[in-house]
Amino acid sequence: MPLSRRNFMVTAVQASVSMLTLLAPRWVLAADRRPAFDATAIDAALQALGLPPPQDTAEILFKAPEIAENGAAVPVEVESRLPNTRAMLLLVEKNPHVLSARFEFPAGTEPFFATRVKMAETSRIHAIALTDSGNFYTTRLVKVTLGGCGG
Amino acid sequence: MPDPMLIRAVLKGETVEVKALIAHVMETGQRKDADGKLVPAHYIETLTATCGGRQVFRAEWGASIARNPYLSFRFKGAQAGDKITLTWTDTAGASRSDEATIR
Amino acid sequence: MKPLFAKRLRGLGALLLGSFALTAAASDDALREYREMFGDDNPAALWEARGEQLWQTARGPQHASLAACDLGLGPGVVKGAYAQLPRWFADTARVEDLESRLLTCMTELQGFPRDALLTTRFGDGERKSDLEALAAYVVGASRGAEIRLPLQHPAEQAAWALGQAAFYYRAGPHDFSCATCHAQADKRIRLQTLPQLTTAEGAREAYTHWPAYRISQGELRTFEWRLQDCYRQQRFPQLKFASEVAVGLSLFLAKTAEGGAMAAPAIRR
Repeated sequence: MPLSRRNFMVTAVQASVSMLTLLAPRWVLAADRRPAFDATAIDAALQALGLPPPQDTAEILFKAPEIAENGAAVPVEVESRLPNTRAMLLLVEKNPHVLSARFEFPAGTEPFFATRVKMAETSRIHAIALTDSGNFYTTRLVKVTLGGCGG
Repeated sequence: MPDPMLIRAVLKGETVEVKALIAHVMETGQRKDADGKLVPAHYIETLTATCGGRQVFRAEWGASIARNPYLSFRFKGAQAGDKITLTWTDTAGASRSDEATIR
Repeated sequence: MKPLFAKRLRGLGALLLGSFALTAAASDDALREYREMFGDDNPAALWEARGEQLWQTARGPQHASLAACDLGLGPGVVKGAYAQLPRWFADTARVEDLESRLLTCMTELQGFPRDALLTTRFGDGERKSDLEALAAYVVGASRGAEIRLPLQHPAEQAAWALGQAAFYYRAGPHDFSCATCHAQADKRIRLQTLPQLTTAEGAREAYTHWPAYRISQGELRTFEWRLQDCYRQQRFPQLKFASEVAVGLSLFLAKTAEGGAMAAPAIRR
């Protein structure tokens, strides 16, 4: 197809962006990752980690309660079924600082973790798997209640 | 000296399942104490696990991991009787290392 | 939690409750799912471990451990002791619950000043309570033990009567008594079911699960803590720690729970 001047410009921009993505560092150093824990929004956290927006997947098993009786501790269990999952991220959308945790799985370690997070309020929680073939996420909505007098 | 972690490491088939309970306040820096004063942030930033001289797990945490954290992970390549060591460091520069024997 | 967050949480809570009609059964199921995800991995175990250390270590001005502490089954006998408290102790000529008895042992055997122990009776984050850790250790050693309170001593009977009177005593700006919330079946506050403490079944479900790691506090809390927190919610004057009323009320509720098997320290909201 003949390249018109406009087509050429668009193609050139696309090519540059692709090149930049290829050249962008895959792994940001540990010390450089700390600022990501100060991010107050998902986009900013991902940017701080040098990560492009992840794709939706059904291949992350994410167990979290539908309703958390208390937001001070919400159990989560996450397992990635995606091949070559090197690390996973846990982000709580409505928390003051959205990034809760990053877990790394050396060779021989299962891409699985279970822990408990603090949730300031009802929120979506995102589990992101960082794999050799790209980054993928799944989401759970966890409702945080007040409860009564407690017993 | 921080309180010891409680670590259970059990071999199930070829996989070691590790469960740990960690004594740490994990203060966010946003909580007020009984006198109304802001409690400064103080939380575990890094936790690593080694077994047989190699790192088998690494966690980087923010303040929103729950107080007295619970952590579970699973890895292969170890046997009953091997030792696993967990080490954490926190924002105050404190550190704690505890060892458990894989059953 | 910052006031703004607390406010937003309350607002969301109201919105949440209004926006979908949760039946009592459905919400109980949802709460069960949340509670079950904690499994057996209870942060209370950290208190039990610390308590065991404290029990065994020579401490205080008298540089003594608690090995000679008599919890009712003989000096140093910890296993099963909590299930038979509160009870009469000849050495203090008082009916004592676990908290009082630990205070007695720590002051008499170890020489700790009572005031200092009372000041730190409830931990708060980095400031830990030795009493709470010791309580967790002692109670954990009664896991599975059946609650037995024969009340043979007249002082125990008197303490029970005082506890019963306290349970039904209406006071405070709301004119509440314990019975206002805890003497009928199927009562709820928001999403929480209120245990009926006047039946054996209800009393057992409640009493056998305290002390508990209270998630909202981030602390291990004892039964006396639970009682004084109820007093606070009823806008009563503060329930004095290790007082006759506190001990009597514990004894009254424990007696109703008699025959139940201890399952503490548990985990609670």
